[in-house]
Amino acid sequence: MTTTSAAPRAGAATETASTLDLAGVSRWYGNVVAVNDVSMRLGPGVTGLLGPNGAGKTTLLHMMAGFLAPSRGAVTLDGAPTWRNPDVYRRLGLVSEREAVHSFLSAYEFVLASAKLHRLPDPQEAARRAIALVEMESAQDRRIGTYSKGMRQRARVAAALVHDPQVLLLDEPFNGMDPRQRLHMMDLLHRLGDAGRTILFSSHILEEVEQVSGTVQVMVAGRLAASGDFRTIRRLMTNRPHVFAVRSTDDRALAVALMAEPSVTGVELARTGLTVRAGDYGAFTRALPRIALAKGIRVRQLVPEDESLESVFSYLVEA
Amino acid sequence: MSTVSWITARGLFGRRRFLLLFPLPVVLVLLAVLSRSFGVDPGEWGPPVLVGLGLAVVLPVVALIVGTGVLGAEIDDGTVVHILTKPLPRWQIVLPKLAVATGVTAATVAVPLYVAGVLADSVRLGLALAAAACLGALAYSALFLALSLLTRRPVLLGLVYVLIWEGLLGNFVSGTKVLSIQQYVIALADRLAPTGLLETSVSVPVAAVMTALVSVGFTVLAIDRLRSFSVAGETS
Repeated sequence: MTTTSAAPRAGAATETASTLDLAGVSRWYGNVVAVNDVSMRLGPGVTGLLGPNGAGKTTLLHMMAGFLAPSRGAVTLDGAPTWRNPDVYRRLGLVSEREAVHSFLSAYEFVLASAKLHRLPDPQEAARRAIALVEMESAQDRRIGTYSKGMRQRARVAAALVHDPQVLLLDEPFNGMDPRQRLHMMDLLHRLGDAGRTILFSSHILEEVEQVSGTVQVMVAGRLAASGDFRTIRRLMTNRPHVFAVRSTDDRALAVALMAEPSVTGVELARTGLTVRAGDYGAFTRALPRIALAKGIRVRQLVPEDESLESVFSYLVEA
Repeated sequence: MSTVSWITARGLFGRRRFLLLFPLPVVLVLLAVLSRSFGVDPGEWGPPVLVGLGLAVVLPVVALIVGTGVLGAEIDDGTVVHILTKPLPRWQIVLPKLAVATGVTAATVAVPLYVAGVLADSVRLGLALAAAACLGALAYSALFLALSLLTRRPVLLGLVYVLIWEGLLGNFVSGTKVLSIQQYVIALADRLAPTGLLETSVSVPVAAVMTALVSVGFTVLAIDRLRSFSVAGETS
């Protein structure tokens, strides 16, 4: 089967999707607990593993990839443990953070060697396909030692993708990439996720996670602090007031009316519009149209101001 | 040639420390040629050059450089992860690496030993030394390959074994010779070509059995350790 498209093989999508399961996973080094009782289930789509440096993201990824034994708990890929089980690499690809490549090989040789080690039926074609996927054709015959950091990263991604794995784990994949390479990598991860692959990437940069995936697993100090869609996570934090930017035809009148509303805890009037703090997300968003209608005010803009991952994350870290 | 051995060989010859392999064998041949051309009695220069330099230094040091290079270097720089994230039974990684290490060590050491052996006594001694060195290369390579997986400082530990255990203790405490690859090689070479030049207290059966045990034992150990290979948790 040959396909000229750069997208993942169409036929592969019919394979059953893979699930990576973590059940009560802990890992400690001596008396330092790096990962503390983490349970999660990763299915198809892109998931961001977010957390400050030292939160245990890399340790967790290494356990997922079978490069570290959990001190307690189990990591399984479709029911099979990842530790001491090289067979999982038929379905799993890993791009580690450490930027280690056989610098004496060219990207093509490197990816081809990966294809051969996977015992793929047509390693040359698989290598070409993987290199096309990361758009490295023009530099594929140069020694990896001569590459920039971002190019090396792409060569490693190509090697990890050469066998079209169901699950791809990436540790800080955007490190050292320029904005164009970053966009391209994000696009690639999106496409893989849309094609039914299970993609997990770690990052300590919120912007990256926010752009690539809505689903996040947030690690703080070795624990899983939150998981799910980060906008939903934000809404569940009811003890934090929600901040909205509102613009209308008559901001001052709207401010007065809103102050009478129980769900509103504060209103700030500025020349550019109102900043409204609401304790209850649902009650406020239902009340606003009702109030505006009653007062004959037209609302021109309603933007939640702290639904960015940044604010969700800072709430979690502070908590 | 398997992909693992191909990458291993490219890695070995691509690193600068590969150049470290050449001076010792050259010195060995030079000393033998000089001794011969000055007409020194082989009974005088044979033992120090063939055993003292050839089997006690050149063979283990070359084996150490190569044996820790085939896997230890990849563990050091992290490239080993690329080979480990493949659905290969771990013996399919260890055995090709052992073969490359043994082959390169044997080729580097056997040739100068053959030349020195011919110059000292006869073609038969030359061949015996070369053959025994090949077996020694296998045992040393298995040991140093396993060391790369047992410790973060395989070169240091390997040097301690070669210099302290085999080199120093072997001279004073005869019991340590039973656990010395160098003595097995001497015993085997002496059995293949009996001359007055090679001397050891280890019997040939012990040497043969122990060489096999060391080679197989450390290989099995290496395969098992590679199965449980852990990446140290590091954060940027």
